[in-house]
Amino acid sequence: MDEAIESQSGLNTEDMTISVGPQHPSTHGVLRFVVKTDGEVIGEAIPDVGYLHRSIEKIGEKVTYHGYVPYTDRADYLAAMFANQAFCMAAERLAGTEVTRRGEFCRVIACELNRIASHLISVGTFGQDIGAMTPFVHALRERETINNLMEEICGARLTYNYIRIGGVGYDIVPETCAKIGAFIDHFEPIVDEFNRLLSGNKIFIERLAGVAVVSREDAFSYNLVGPNLRGSGVKWDIRRDIPYSVYPELEFEVPVGNAHVGKLGDSFDRYWVRIREMQESCKILRQCLKMMPKGPAISKVPRKFRPPAGECYARVEAPRGDMGFYVVSDGSEYPYRVRIRTGSYTAMSIIDKLSKGIMLADLIALIGSLDVDAPEIDR
Amino acid sequence: MHAKDIYAALERQFPGQVGNFKADALEPYLTVEGSAIVEVCRFLRDSAGLDFQILSDLTALDWPKEEKIQVVYHLFSYAHNHQVVLKVDLPRDNPKIATVEGVWKVANWFEREVYDLFGVIFEGHSDLRRIMLPEDWIGYPLRKDYVEQEEYDGISTQRAPLVEKLLR
Repeated sequence: MDEAIESQSGLNTEDMTISVGPQHPSTHGVLRFVVKTDGEVIGEAIPDVGYLHRSIEKIGEKVTYHGYVPYTDRADYLAAMFANQAFCMAAERLAGTEVTRRGEFCRVIACELNRIASHLISVGTFGQDIGAMTPFVHALRERETINNLMEEICGARLTYNYIRIGGVGYDIVPETCAKIGAFIDHFEPIVDEFNRLLSGNKIFIERLAGVAVVSREDAFSYNLVGPNLRGSGVKWDIRRDIPYSVYPELEFEVPVGNAHVGKLGDSFDRYWVRIREMQESCKILRQCLKMMPKGPAISKVPRKFRPPAGECYARVEAPRGDMGFYVVSDGSEYPYRVRIRTGSYTAMSIIDKLSKGIMLADLIALIGSLDVDAPEIDR
Repeated sequence: MHAKDIYAALERQFPGQVGNFKADALEPYLTVEGSAIVEVCRFLRDSAGLDFQILSDLTALDWPKEEKIQVVYHLFSYAHNHQVVLKVDLPRDNPKIATVEGVWKVANWFEREVYDLFGVIFEGHSDLRRIMLPEDWIGYPLRKDYVEQEEYDGISTQRAPLVEKLLR
């Protein structure tokens, strides 16, 4: 076809190589794509990651178990609580440490608040990526309240260092519980408002419906996890299927993609799963506030924490899916090896495949719909 | 399926090539001969009743005292909610193993990371480049005896302690 155009018009046509990034605002952190395009159609988009590699895994070999918890915060700064929890779970299982019951409830409350905050960022920036500025401001306004609550719970707004081995650092006091309850009552109608503002918007839907469809088989082969996996119609959630903490006692739905407006597994399905997960998190929070027993928030854990030699692979359901901490102990005070397996890393590896043949503008929608987070990819 | 049944199935199919089954570990694991890894993975993925649809994680451990690098595969099945951990011992001075990219696509990136940080060569890999570090970086940081190069591309990687400089 190109040759025909060339001979007719005397125009030169050739494939272009464009470097997108490393700091394009839509790339959700510092990452880069080398894109080969034919006009506006992408031939291939090769991700170039590693800009935020801080060798968190190597640091794990040099600090004690207790001392490593703040580092886990930095793996994914939008959802630090989950990395805290996954690492602590691995350490606890290695050493056979009990977590107090109130501690477990504090963990779930903090995590679900964090999940809402993280999904708000995700859906808010997603709207912004494809040109809807207003929803972003609405999302960030709500997230601000969650940050305030987090500050009340643990003193930090982003990198919490809240979940400790054996429980949590500070108890959630009744006043804060009341505030969380009030926030949920306020937030649930906001989700509906957000849907009226963004999810039902015709332009938004047309930009996403049927774009970058991930089949079930591809989701397995590329090991997509979390909302990206569920967007392809796989009803699987670690909280429900490999239960941990007090999740078995809580009632919640696992939302999956349902080809709401386009094809099963398209960008809109992944987005829609996140919206509904925020509503489920509200349900979980409400139950936790009701069920939370009295008692200590943390069990007695020795300062010199030396789990016996062994290895543990603890997985939690983070906002970006299955987050796994593979911790190997040689019986000393320091972990022998800490491996962090994250959802964004595997989601990033599928982009090259999905981007073939789509428009350049849709690449941005694709990255947004997978909710990749650069620090979590690079660790 | 229990880990011991998975191990039994593997032992029947690959006699002499799997072993060291550790049933009392938190996540039971077994050792696989490096030469058999692709067939073992394919068997685990495709056999009815096993159905390991996903490679949940692939990483490595460095054991300088035993002179080996261990590549660790965490497999998981959504269909049966069971998992198995495979380990392959490789010589530390020449760690080479076949890629499992043909079984699960995600192995491409996992293996690139292990190559980058441990220096394990995955034979048959379609795109074995460094992923976290620059192409011309020297050494494999997650090895236990790794020493950082003093400068990279004319930039020092060391930082002189400020207070000592002030006191001087």
